[in-house]
Amino acid sequence: MRVIAVDPVTRIEGHLKVELTVEDGRIVRARSSGALFRGIEIILVGRHPLDAQRITTRICGVCPIAHSTAAFFALDEALGISHEIPQNGRVLRNLIYAANWIHNHILHFYHLSLPDYASFRGLPLSEFLSAGMEEGRFSSEESEKLVQHYLAGLEMRRKAHELVALLGGKMPHDMAIVPGGVSFRPDLATLLAFRARLAEIRSFLENVYVPDVLSLCLRYADYFEIGRVGRLLSFGAFPEEGLGLEARLFPGGLLRNGEPEKLDPQEIREGVESSWYKGAEAHPWENPTHPDPQRAGGYSWVKAPRYRGEAYEVGPAARVSLCFLFGSPEFRVLARELLGEAGVGLEALSSVMGRHLSRAIEAVFLAKRMDAWLSQVDLAQPVAKSFHLPREAEGQGLTDAPRGALGHWLRIRDGKIAHYQVISPTTWNASPRDEKGNPGPIEEALEGTKVGDNALLVAGRIVRSFDPCMACAVQ
Amino acid sequence: MRTSLSLVWFQAAGCTGCSISLLNADYPSIKNLLLDEVVPGKALALRFHLTLMGPTGQPALEVLQKIPLEAAGDYILIVEGAVPTGAQNFGKVGEPSMAQHLLALVEKAQAVVAMGTCAAFGGIPAASPNPTRAMGVQEFLHKENRNLPVVNVPGCPPHPRWLLETLVHLLAGPVPGPKDLDELGRLKSVYSKLIHEGCPRRADFDVGRFAQAFGEEGCLYELGCKGPYTWALCPYHAWNGGVNWCIKAGHPCIGCTEPEFPDFPAPIFRKVTEPAYRRTK
Repeated sequence: MRVIAVDPVTRIEGHLKVELTVEDGRIVRARSSGALFRGIEIILVGRHPLDAQRITTRICGVCPIAHSTAAFFALDEALGISHEIPQNGRVLRNLIYAANWIHNHILHFYHLSLPDYASFRGLPLSEFLSAGMEEGRFSSEESEKLVQHYLAGLEMRRKAHELVALLGGKMPHDMAIVPGGVSFRPDLATLLAFRARLAEIRSFLENVYVPDVLSLCLRYADYFEIGRVGRLLSFGAFPEEGLGLEARLFPGGLLRNGEPEKLDPQEIREGVESSWYKGAEAHPWENPTHPDPQRAGGYSWVKAPRYRGEAYEVGPAARVSLCFLFGSPEFRVLARELLGEAGVGLEALSSVMGRHLSRAIEAVFLAKRMDAWLSQVDLAQPVAKSFHLPREAEGQGLTDAPRGALGHWLRIRDGKIAHYQVISPTTWNASPRDEKGNPGPIEEALEGTKVGDNALLVAGRIVRSFDPCMACAVQ
Repeated sequence: MRTSLSLVWFQAAGCTGCSISLLNADYPSIKNLLLDEVVPGKALALRFHLTLMGPTGQPALEVLQKIPLEAAGDYILIVEGAVPTGAQNFGKVGEPSMAQHLLALVEKAQAVVAMGTCAAFGGIPAASPNPTRAMGVQEFLHKENRNLPVVNVPGCPPHPRWLLETLVHLLAGPVPGPKDLDELGRLKSVYSKLIHEGCPRRADFDVGRFAQAFGEEGCLYELGCKGPYTWALCPYHAWNGGVNWCIKAGHPCIGCTEPEFPDFPAPIFRKVTEPAYRRTK
């Protein structure tokens, strides 16, 4: 038996340590540990409520629009204007967010994940990018092509951020998303510039990214069996007409081993049994953040969110599974086609390769939907609803982020923020053990996996398939 | 003959937004910076960057720990994020704390660049009540009695051009000295104009035409714009390939390049009524 500290886990956002106990070539125990605490929830308390819109985006520089989105949902609700957001506001917010989403998936596949699968030896940047792999399963010609796509992907994700900036002001850390809608009134030339860049990105997604993901799925098909969890939760993302979590492009919901269940956010509890905080398990409405760096039994800055006492995987596998069951028929056609090409069914999505495939499916679907949203922008109509700030109010902001379910809980008292809690996707996925000793999803995905002498490589593939974002997991 | 200068990018208490901003550079692009000469005969060699590097775990940590030994005096250290100085485990990379890594890295660096407002001045993590006693790199080094020069490139995040200009100085010389830097350690060539000076809505301000709600025409001063107190070239460079920037997008400037960010005397969306942080150059 030996203990391997994978510390730092690189090619993710932020600071993560994973400790593996390996016995007879198999991981028997895994501990996932968030290694950075900033205390942004504490910093928000006492501030003007609207400051949350700009400060929470700065939780994360990779997926800032996710926090921008959760914050506006929470603020719109607190301001009592959720029903009155003009169509332009809804659609422009969706476009800004979707562009950030696509940047995220390109970055995750080519720049964070690919070095785990393709050998960069003998190629430019090989020394910096080599993950120490002996032999990848791609031929050297195939690897060379993938490295070219790595470089092309750098340009494409930059252009995706130009899309965000065209409507959102700048990236990272958008500015135009505000309570009530957006602050920016685009002109026709801006919309044309958006559409032209979007066409270029869509072409890359459909002709380069999806084929690359599919070839990875075929070459590493055994990874559909590795890193499974099975319990999936999503808040849904991208509001269409109507307000509920179900009325979203990606509908929210819950899947327990393939069986859909109704999601009730009141059933969420966040525990701190293995985390460096004071307090006990509670709903985020009741759970202020009190760091306790010496807490006995603590091994992570990540808290442990649970739904009815169970850990749930959040992210692309949850969204694609739910959207297949409850989303649009067009989505089902696309998903069926790509699942068919990969030779797997829905039940394989909660796995290392399934997560990559899920991202590819949703990215092409989302990019196509963006074209339709763009056509819904009406330059003659308002982009935002004005509002008055209440002295006492509460708002809950639930959305999926590229990495999964994200919630913001805001309480306003005496015109100021009295309480702000954030549960991010990676808080779910990278959570440590809870009061009952049950592991978090990444820990669960690692435990039981055969790694032989390749613990760093195999564990890296499993952990990265969740696309961890530690600045989000611990704010 | 091409020579390379090693680049060590160390992430402390931040959000990776400054790294993403560098990836958003257009001309030269990140691809150019990784593969090509930045100025004739000189290239950068990225040695360490947690978000992009291939090695993971102990092999990654070894890259970081060997740099001061193998490339002494021959690398640029770029720090992203603030330095937590409260509990030792507020920020760690491997067993050492972020603070310990920095102390080991700064000594042998040819130059230290604080990328972003967190690294330059503390930024978001150091905002009141500063739960982790986070601080900027220069303040941290001063506290540790290491009075090494730091070039500050503030912004949340900084525009990629502001870092590129700093890197060109370091590659081709002259290394920025007191005459190139303002009293806050920022390149004068980048941080010597107020947003207000170049603002396209300046005419609205001058005639008193103010927007009262988001999405309205007019100067954004009443909505809390910090442009009159913020030193940066956003109106001239614009962002993300020059396609847009905050004020063009109808949003007040939030003063993200300034040492007081985000603890201004007024909230982000409240009109600034006192010149408490107005400085003269």
